[in-house]
Amino acid sequence: MNIRPVSLAVPTVSMPPSRVMRAYMAEARSEVTRYLRMPGFLLPTLLLPAVFYLLFGVFLAHSNGPDAPRYLLASYATFGVMAPGLFGFGVSLALERDTGLITLKRALPMPPGAYLFGKMIMALLVASGVLLILIGMALGLAHVQLSAAQVLTVLFTAVLGVLPFCSLGLLLGAMIKGQGAPGVINLIYLPMSFLSGLWFPLSMLPSPIQRLAPIWPSYHLDALALSAVGLGNGERLSHVLVLMAYTVIFLALAARKLRRYG
Amino acid sequence: MNHIVHPVARLAGAIKRYGNLTALEGLDLELRPGELLALLGPNGAGKTTAIGLLLGLIRADGGRVELFGEDPQRISARRRIGVMLQSAVLQGTLRVRELVDLTAAYYPAPLATDHILQLAGIVDLAKRPYADLSGGQQRRVQFAMAVVGQPELVFLDEPTVGMDLDSRQSLWAAVRQLVAQGTSVVLTTHYLEEAEALADRVCVMVRGRMISEGSVDALRAKVLHTRVRCMTSVTSAQLGEWGIDIDEVKEEHGRLSITTVQAENVVRRLLAADPDVRELEVHRAGLSEAFTELTRDQSRISDVPMEEVA
Repeated sequence: MNIRPVSLAVPTVSMPPSRVMRAYMAEARSEVTRYLRMPGFLLPTLLLPAVFYLLFGVFLAHSNGPDAPRYLLASYATFGVMAPGLFGFGVSLALERDTGLITLKRALPMPPGAYLFGKMIMALLVASGVLLILIGMALGLAHVQLSAAQVLTVLFTAVLGVLPFCSLGLLLGAMIKGQGAPGVINLIYLPMSFLSGLWFPLSMLPSPIQRLAPIWPSYHLDALALSAVGLGNGERLSHVLVLMAYTVIFLALAARKLRRYG
Repeated sequence: MNHIVHPVARLAGAIKRYGNLTALEGLDLELRPGELLALLGPNGAGKTTAIGLLLGLIRADGGRVELFGEDPQRISARRRIGVMLQSAVLQGTLRVRELVDLTAAYYPAPLATDHILQLAGIVDLAKRPYADLSGGQQRRVQFAMAVVGQPELVFLDEPTVGMDLDSRQSLWAAVRQLVAQGTSVVLTTHYLEEAEALADRVCVMVRGRMISEGSVDALRAKVLHTRVRCMTSVTSAQLGEWGIDIDEVKEEHGRLSITTVQAENVVRRLLAADPDVRELEVHRAGLSEAFTELTRDQSRISDVPMEEVA
């Protein structure tokens, strides 16, 4: 049985782009497969926004005014797509740094981008799942009138809206380590959702909270989602730019933190 | 084959510090093609740091680190190595075949997964989730992942921890086969018989330095101690009166065990003093005794913060 042909004494080992691509795809497939087999992660992420929407957007909607189901679709969509990024990157990176998996992957010739790509694909897929459930409930149960273009815009906005939270999750995962990560990330996720007006409209909250809201990335994503369902003030560009800036800043900080130590 | 012998991996005057603590004090280490090098040393000796440098996990504070003449932090250098790390916990929900396939995807010319599963003796585990496997089975999966990319150099960090005797023997056989086909191997192990069974060359590290380097036989020869064991009426107190240089005397289950550099004298006096001596055995020191001897005088070593490297 021959393990290694003897003729392999080549000076450098190059890898054709098609094979590098395969590494990216393999990594993405592994990430998706492994999380699909972890209902403990997947179900809360998928169902929590749906349960909230069912309660406040469907059953209790009428006490909140005619636009409530439409408004809450945007808010819970934002709330829902924050989780796969924050937890998918943050918690798994924190745990994988703790268990040595990252160390092994860094020692192996895994293209570093493949790791991020895999987790990003996973977060995008989960976010799409969250969105499809919410949109389905909005159309079918809450009878929100949405044009096809609006549905696509919400989907597009919210799914791409995962990216700044992937980036923030990566930064958090680079800073915290091990089993404590879910708790710490919830301590950021839940207050940030509240302070951005995802649970109660900002207009109902004290004015210091209203004034503070624009510092949260979720505030900007919510504004875009509201525009997408036809409730915003039409301003989009500034929110997109802020979210892009957050994505780049968090990513740069995370990269700096991870460069040497894993 | 290339006849100019370039080292496969090289540390030259490598220095690594963690705060005030120096983990490596100018370590020199060269690995030649097709060689199996065992790196031994007590905990905190700097083995993990040395491996971490060669894998590109950490950067040296001084000296040179090369893998195939390149910086190990370059992915092109790492495409030629395979790695089995002691501490890594892999994705538990992935199946064995999926893990091997994933690792194969990182390499330019991996072997067929079926072939590797067979080599590592895990064909029957292919569909099992990794988390369901025993410790020994997990080690075999990690071994499969280390060799699937047809690496020219394989790092094996404590490869047989948690394995039963049979699995250990078959992993050793697989390692020997790799080496026979020209692959170089760096092995770190706590099992000295593992180094003895596999290594062409043994390096002993203590406190960030190489204190001994050579073949297993050469290392053993450095230690002149021999152990004499027998059942006798002679007591350890009597032995002390003979004026022979004796290092250690132990009584084990009614058997006297004497460690000495003057085995011939001890045996002569024993037989003279007690004609009824039974079950006499005289053993040259093994690697284990040599190792103990070499590292004996090294005082306590403070813990090195190597969590990320381990």
